[in-house]
Amino acid sequence: MSEFVLEMRGVCKSFPGVKALDHAQLKLRPGTVHALMGENGAGKSTLMKCMFGIYKMDEGEIYIDGQKTVISDPLEAWDKGISMVHQELQPIPARTIGENIFLGRYPMKKALGFIPVVDHDKMYEDTAKLLKRVRMDFDPKQKLGTLTVSQMQSVEIAKAVAGNCRVLILDEPTSSLTQNEVEALFRIVEDLKKEGVAIVYISHKMDEILRISDEVTIMRDGQYIGTWEAKDLTTDFIITKMVGRELTNLYPKRENIPGDVVFEVEDFTSINPRSFRHCSFNVRKGEILGVAGLVGAQRTELMEGLFGTRSHTSGTIRYKGKELKITRPKDAIDHGIAMLTEDRRGSGIMGVLSVADNISVASLNKYIDYGFILNTKKIDELVEENRKKMNIKTPSGKTLIQSLSGGNQQKVLIGRWLANDPDVLILDEPTRGIDVGAKYEIYCIIADLAKQGKSIIMISSEMGELIGMSDRIMVMCDGRITGFIDGKEANQENIMALATQFE
Amino acid sequence: MNKKDNFGKKFLNYVKSNPIVVMLVIVAIIVGFTKDNFFSWKNFGNLMSNTAVRFLIALGVSGCLITKGTDLSAGRQVGLAACLAGILIQKGDYSGKLWKMVPEMNMFVVLLIVVIIGAALGLLNGAIITLLKVPPFITTLGTQTIVYGLCLVVTDAQPIGGFQKSFIDLINGRIGNSNGFHLPYLLFVAALFGVIFWFLYNKMRHGKYMYAIGGNEVAAEVSGVNTTKTLMLIYTTAGIMYAIAGWLLAGKTGGASTSMGMGYELEAIAACTIGGVSTTGGIGTVSGVLVGVLVFELLKIVLQFLGVNPYYNYIVQGVVIVVAVALDVRKYLAKK
Repeated sequence: MSEFVLEMRGVCKSFPGVKALDHAQLKLRPGTVHALMGENGAGKSTLMKCMFGIYKMDEGEIYIDGQKTVISDPLEAWDKGISMVHQELQPIPARTIGENIFLGRYPMKKALGFIPVVDHDKMYEDTAKLLKRVRMDFDPKQKLGTLTVSQMQSVEIAKAVAGNCRVLILDEPTSSLTQNEVEALFRIVEDLKKEGVAIVYISHKMDEILRISDEVTIMRDGQYIGTWEAKDLTTDFIITKMVGRELTNLYPKRENIPGDVVFEVEDFTSINPRSFRHCSFNVRKGEILGVAGLVGAQRTELMEGLFGTRSHTSGTIRYKGKELKITRPKDAIDHGIAMLTEDRRGSGIMGVLSVADNISVASLNKYIDYGFILNTKKIDELVEENRKKMNIKTPSGKTLIQSLSGGNQQKVLIGRWLANDPDVLILDEPTRGIDVGAKYEIYCIIADLAKQGKSIIMISSEMGELIGMSDRIMVMCDGRITGFIDGKEANQENIMALATQFE
Repeated sequence: MNKKDNFGKKFLNYVKSNPIVVMLVIVAIIVGFTKDNFFSWKNFGNLMSNTAVRFLIALGVSGCLITKGTDLSAGRQVGLAACLAGILIQKGDYSGKLWKMVPEMNMFVVLLIVVIIGAALGLLNGAIITLLKVPPFITTLGTQTIVYGLCLVVTDAQPIGGFQKSFIDLINGRIGNSNGFHLPYLLFVAALFGVIFWFLYNKMRHGKYMYAIGGNEVAAEVSGVNTTKTLMLIYTTAGIMYAIAGWLLAGKTGGASTSMGMGYELEAIAACTIGGVSTTGGIGTVSGVLVGVLVFELLKIVLQFLGVNPYYNYIVQGVVIVVAVALDVRKYLAKK
């Protein structure tokens, strides 16, 4: 018998253009909690997907009880006793707790001796037993939708440990829980530990990690950095190991000094109590304000709130002292605010339309003659101007935007917003999924816009980009602004410290 | 030389991406050479006037389809407009006059009335879809039934005849002799609306917004497009088109009944799809819609000339619809 219940050794996985995993490894002892840590994009999820056979490893092996095995799909992982509770729960609220737990593997019996039917009695009996195991006292026939998020999570855990579970993965399990709910979760984790289950705990929250885990494995840029006993670790040590890398990207030189404060946000709070709350900040003329934070810090939500795609309960937005009323994107646009969204495919490009249509859609009012007819010549000029200015590689304005590369699509979208000549530009992950060369071009465009006197708010999950581009960095954690750092003094450690300042 | 090559390439591309259209045209040509009277002015005139009315309906539906919606109430709206127009246009001294208290009305006043009612019904569809967020399929399935009910109430399920002669004459009028070369007036109506819609779709902000919503509704909203207003306008315009089509259809047929317009929505949707309006949204042209309607009407006439039992027509048309959509979806998949 091996001392490890599950081992992953030398795992490599490449995607076009990216090496997501580079000889990563993970060794799990039974009856322990093993924290897996790393920045966004360090390869934690990819490693888990390899464990479940969702991704096929390019190289590497998996051993269970010291025996080399191959896991080719999640069902096989389940059979081998590996299960996972995802960060985003996928419940079916309109069905009962029992049906949710046994979805896809209902216990069957034979009616009249030959018709296979679902054995409801057995299903609900088993459900009751499972619920007891996760300290939940509910009627198995209750509709799942009547439970709170944390109770649903407990149901998910019950589902995951049904059967012969030996390895349980919890991905950011506390990201939507209150403190009391977290305590309840920890009690369940302790119980499972006593039963000998190995738990992989993925989280960014240092205090939780240090409290609950026995061992910590840290990953960075797809590589295995090391595994330590949790009791020997400090927060500072973990952060240094997580982010300690040289900056490899280059950033254009910033040539302007920010002017007066022009854009002010005060006490901005979401209608959703778990989202952004009491956020106050300002941006100067010609300033690039970087926005840092971990996944779930509600940075995008805050910006969407400002732009009018999400609702807020309280708070004021002022531009040059004048209060702005924004309830929908059109209001924001009319007030000179632009927002490049995070999800380029989902809320940016209109794939089946041409470059010209995509670039002009937000500013069509400017090209109308006689009150009703569009001046296509002016639109062509707009395309041509942007093509030259930003070096957009497209055969013509009639080309469908979906046939361009990510970087060129992004430039078209930047062009879409610049056509309105906005004063405030919100850029949400402006270089996500863009290759290195195009990234530099986009940085130059951003720096140039700041030089022209536009106020820029840039959300980014790439530390290097934030430090390299920003005049100031605003850090968010769990819906709150936890601090500001001057661009010159910012480093990965002080940003990470603020980004993990949970209440 | 180069230009010629280009043309050749374009032609080949068209053949490749529109196999249904090409196939039906070939079939029509074969039928034309094997059956007498197929290539005749009379047949041509028939095809033109049938196509004209269906084209207006398809134009109305096309906006809904381009924005990833649909309008199942189209056919019944045409029926209601035809019946209403019929009732109001009945001769004052006609013994079977349905609404005896209403005096004989000018046909253009009647047109205005049915257009206003059509616009109201379209606006109702648009409001339910945008404000109540009911999916277009369900919304228009509901209004389809409501409109049919209205039609039964208004007509008391009676067939309507005895129209003013000038109305029938005008709508069935033509330039030229019906035995020789002639162009039905309906053809000009269709051409006029074709031009209007082409302008609307290509030269006006409304059209650009329509394509933007079809291409990516969230992105359109983020870009400041008033999606609610645009969608309401699209469904209202559709309602107006059905009303005009209904008015014309009443005149063309010389009578109206509650069964009029039944299933027209499906034919219009099918014609749009055959003509390249994509079911995945954001794609579709006025010329494509015209080709789709023409081909569909051509198919009907071909079946008629081949002497196919009319009951089989439905089967053939159904197969063409499914095949057309299947090919359209494949085009999209291939691009991915």
